[in-house]
Amino acid sequence: MEEPTIISITTFCTQYNVPETFIQSLREYDLLETVREGDMEYIRVTHLQRVEKMIRLHFELNINMEGLDVVNNLLQQVWQLQQENQELRDRLKLYE
Amino acid sequence: MDYIDYYKILGLSKSATEKDIKNAYRKLARKYHPDLNPNDKEAERKFKEVNEANEVLSNPENRKKYDQYGKDWKHAEQFEKAKQNQQQQRQHRTYQGGGQSFNESDFSDFFASMFGSAGSRQGGQSVRFRGQDFHAELHLNLKDVYTTHKRTLTVNDKNIRITIPAGVANGQEIKIKGHGGPGINGGPGGDLYIKFLIENHPTFKRVKDDLYTTVDLNLYTALLGGDITIDTFDGKVKIKVKLETQNNTKVKLKGKGFPVYKKEGEFGDLYVTYQLKLPTALTEKEKELFAELAKLR
Repeated sequence: MEEPTIISITTFCTQYNVPETFIQSLREYDLLETVREGDMEYIRVTHLQRVEKMIRLHFELNINMEGLDVVNNLLQQVWQLQQENQELRDRLKLYE
Repeated sequence: MDYIDYYKILGLSKSATEKDIKNAYRKLARKYHPDLNPNDKEAERKFKEVNEANEVLSNPENRKKYDQYGKDWKHAEQFEKAKQNQQQQRQHRTYQGGGQSFNESDFSDFFASMFGSAGSRQGGQSVRFRGQDFHAELHLNLKDVYTTHKRTLTVNDKNIRITIPAGVANGQEIKIKGHGGPGINGGPGGDLYIKFLIENHPTFKRVKDDLYTTVDLNLYTALLGGDITIDTFDGKVKIKVKLETQNNTKVKLKGKGFPVYKKEGEFGDLYVTYQLKLPTALTEKEKELFAELAKLR
């Protein structure tokens, strides 16, 4: 049996015990892209980890939507720098 | 097991008010939260400390006990009764993010001796989280990842057979779905992430899909050209050395580098640098002949 690639927003919110308005806000701030099929809206399973992180940051650290946007952008930069750093370290090994 | 100064961790004095504690905790939690500090074990450690300090100091009952008996933690049995009450109220929550994860039940021994393995958590939304993602590191050498192969790993007493694809990069992670911790508050199970740490080979260095190596070249082959045979991961390869090859000349052997990750049949290149080795311990005859050559120049 193939694993599902999307999860309905209603199921997600029940499972994670978060209000649906939270997901709507993420979408309005372009922090999450949802998929519409008929009357239902879905979240891609590949986005789950990112949404979980935003739930934690929002509910545990009281970071608002604008803050989540900034955090996301900065974390993306951190990730790119870490990748670049790893590549440079590998290259440096050539001279060791 | 040492005494832990929770006030110091939060940067407060003993006279701190509840509001001071709340503010200090929030500020430090924002600073060290694992989601905001991916792959930073030091931040993860500090976040645990800050959480633990907050668990104790934000709860008036716990704070009172800590202020009264903190330095005499060895007499923890005095708190046994309180501990039993707290156990009924336990609530665990898992934090994950950016490659980090830990469970709040991961408190210090000092904390456990005074308050049980997890203190009472007051309020807060009971959010359902996916189970803890487990992270493991697998050390491999370069030769190991030249070909796709299978390995059996033991993670948390479970044997897992994984396929390591050829060409996997140093620092790359693969996800094994469902082999993490169980879900929290009814949430789905977590995943297992395995990070590959690949040591460079003594004679081959890897940069992405290309390999670099240095081979010795004797004076005569360098001057007059000829064939040499070198070792590669794919077996021995014969190379034609050009006439009058200089020291440190680099040649590219197309497709003799490292396999490209998940692209079967595709390989990077092998770069060979020639290191000229001059003859030593010359005989009289050789000296004579070199002197003759020198005169021709």
